[in-house]
Amino acid sequence: MGLEQKLGDMGVVTTSLEKAIGWARSNAIWPMLFGLACCAIEMMSTQASRYDLSRFGMELMRASPRQSDLMIVAGRVSRKMAPVLRTLYDQMPEPKWVIAMGDCASCGGVFNNYAIVQGVDEIVPVDVYVAGCPPRPETLIEGILKLQDKIKQEPLKKWQ
Amino acid sequence: MPVVDSSALDLTRITGNLGDAIAQVVTAHGETTLITTRERVIDVLAYLRDGEQFEMLTDETCVDYYPKEPRFAIVYQLNSLSRRLRVRVKVFLTEYDKSIPTATDIYPSANWAEREIYDLFGVIFEGHPDLRRIVLPAGYEGHPLLKEVPVTVEEVAFSFNRRRIDADKPYARE
Amino acid sequence: MAAQPTLYEAPESVLTESNVQLDITIEQLKKLVSPRAFTGETMLLNMGPQHPSTHGVLRLLLELDGETIISCIPDIGFLHTGIEKTHEGKTYSKGIPLTDRTDYLAPLSNNMAYVGCVEKLLDLEIPLRAQYIRVILLELTRMNSHLVWLATHALDIGAMSVFLYCMREREMILDVFELVAGARMMTSYFRVGGLWRDIPAGFAELVQKVLDIFPQRLMEYEKLLKDNPMWKERTVGIGVISKEDAIAYGMTGPSLRGSGVNYDVRKAYPYNSYDHFEFSVPVGSNGDVYDRYRCRMEEFHQSLKIIEQAMKRLPAGPVMVDNRKVAPPPKHEIAYSMESLIHHFKLWTEGFSVPEGEAYFAVESGKGEFGCYISANGGPKPRRVHFRAPSFYNLQALPKISRGCLIADMVAIIGSIDIVLGEVDR
Repeated sequence: MGLEQKLGDMGVVTTSLEKAIGWARSNAIWPMLFGLACCAIEMMSTQASRYDLSRFGMELMRASPRQSDLMIVAGRVSRKMAPVLRTLYDQMPEPKWVIAMGDCASCGGVFNNYAIVQGVDEIVPVDVYVAGCPPRPETLIEGILKLQDKIKQEPLKKWQ
Repeated sequence: MPVVDSSALDLTRITGNLGDAIAQVVTAHGETTLITTRERVIDVLAYLRDGEQFEMLTDETCVDYYPKEPRFAIVYQLNSLSRRLRVRVKVFLTEYDKSIPTATDIYPSANWAEREIYDLFGVIFEGHPDLRRIVLPAGYEGHPLLKEVPVTVEEVAFSFNRRRIDADKPYARE
Repeated sequence: MAAQPTLYEAPESVLTESNVQLDITIEQLKKLVSPRAFTGETMLLNMGPQHPSTHGVLRLLLELDGETIISCIPDIGFLHTGIEKTHEGKTYSKGIPLTDRTDYLAPLSNNMAYVGCVEKLLDLEIPLRAQYIRVILLELTRMNSHLVWLATHALDIGAMSVFLYCMREREMILDVFELVAGARMMTSYFRVGGLWRDIPAGFAELVQKVLDIFPQRLMEYEKLLKDNPMWKERTVGIGVISKEDAIAYGMTGPSLRGSGVNYDVRKAYPYNSYDHFEFSVPVGSNGDVYDRYRCRMEEFHQSLKIIEQAMKRLPAGPVMVDNRKVAPPPKHEIAYSMESLIHHFKLWTEGFSVPEGEAYFAVESGKGEFGCYISANGGPKPRRVHFRAPSFYNLQALPKISRGCLIADMVAIIGSIDIVLGEVDR
């Protein structure tokens, strides 16, 4: 750590590789273009004119799971959709993260019935839960910032 | 709330033309319901479409009247675009013989509605071109909108039982 | 020595249960696709449920001859929520938030169908002020729904900037909802017997802002799309459905009016004092994608016209019926009256009872005729609540509309019939 002091303003910063990779990963997440229900409309609002998610390096929605790092489960997951959702998750390359957006994805929400999976964490491991029915765009952005913090602190070992 | 005027519906003409096919006529809340039988429902629908210009089957659904008997009722909502009229046709079915002729030959719009009733209530539509489950996965067992199926599946979590519910929850792995 | 090459033996059928994963047996599939699919002459293509242009989680199995669609088998249910079942366990007033989540692009229209049906069963007369406020919000909801339709429809066909413009205007409308109800989308503002509360201060200014700005913005959309040759190339003459077929398949709303049938629930069976306002119903003639697009664009103007009239003539008075069987006691009364407090508690825990009977009440939502059928058993919870979802019936006509079209036009057709999977599957 003495290097920066010695070199002064030569424009060199030293850090650990872990931190550098975490920083790079957290600021270039490509979410999957994948909406299920009401929350997908708020996800669209988050991307569109007023809230503009590209301020956080997230504007590039990919329609293919093979090209995306983040799955935002936006809406209720039915029992018929559950295997499809898991397939999509399995198709995503590592490292990958999941945000459960809204009450229905987090815990089943108001729909405690035969058709809805009571929380998407029964199917895929979830990193960040965003509350709300549906969450406001600000809430989703907050959730994404939480995820970015989490990615920055992830140890390198985890992903080999 | 303005009540839709169904006075223009000539009930004497309908009952005169259909004879004993109409078991009962009920008028309530400004709506007319014709109650018919399973054997004659196709005649009634065909007559209402051709003779009374009810061109559109707006909706078809099923009601479970448990514990009353006959238990099920198939409800057809008909709409006449040219005459600005609505009428409802109703057929009661017993629990032990849940089958009824299909209305898809008269109204193509009944196709998916009947599949949905089959899916959720288990009513068999005889002669339906493609009777299979529509909203539930094919492997699903049972018919969830029957009254014997409980409304909720997961215990509601309070502070005293939260840990137990959480321990039983099947969390996914990587 | 190289191994002897084995001759390729054509299987009896290229389709087996393992490679057609559509929850369908081969016997059922034989009825739906042509025999050529079994010999491998035509191709079966899976589209969805995760596809950016299916407006949700719709799945289609397309049988293609080259690029031409021979048959299309929709597979729905990926968003089946069991809303109708959950209604059976809720009291009548607790059911209102569930209706928001059927057609989530037009929540207030769904509220209206549901509370209108309960009011019909209770024979309630709603105060005129509440009716007018409902009309204003219902028309804003229609514009909201059409804006999302235009945004996604244009995006599917390849016009990216329209999406950003539409979402910008949509925020303006959501601001009005947020002011009256506190939520952007799921408002639950309409209650059985009237409204949750009177409109707050600042409502008139916000609506006036929409009325002032919107006509210019509509001009912008028209400039971008109306005479755009690329847009017309993708929409004119594509996805034609005749008048007779549209009626037979139960299509309603702009999708039906695009085929030249003048049917609008607001005119045919006026509810909510819609007959007090002057407006016209835009009707197309060709029944193609372009005519359905024109119908919806004209409806923006009509909605603005209705809102303007309703704002001008908004009467004073209460917004809730004076019937304590369904209306909760006002807050100031609860402060000093024990009976009111008990009554309030009873209303929110046990709920009010609705006499035994059945009713069907339909409204014109952005997609078409949104109906609600309730069978009441005399208690505080309904026996059966069923929603007549316009998208469900409009989508049913998709195999008919898309037959013979090119596969590239499929997304244009899906966009033009404006489906929302939340109400298709419920």
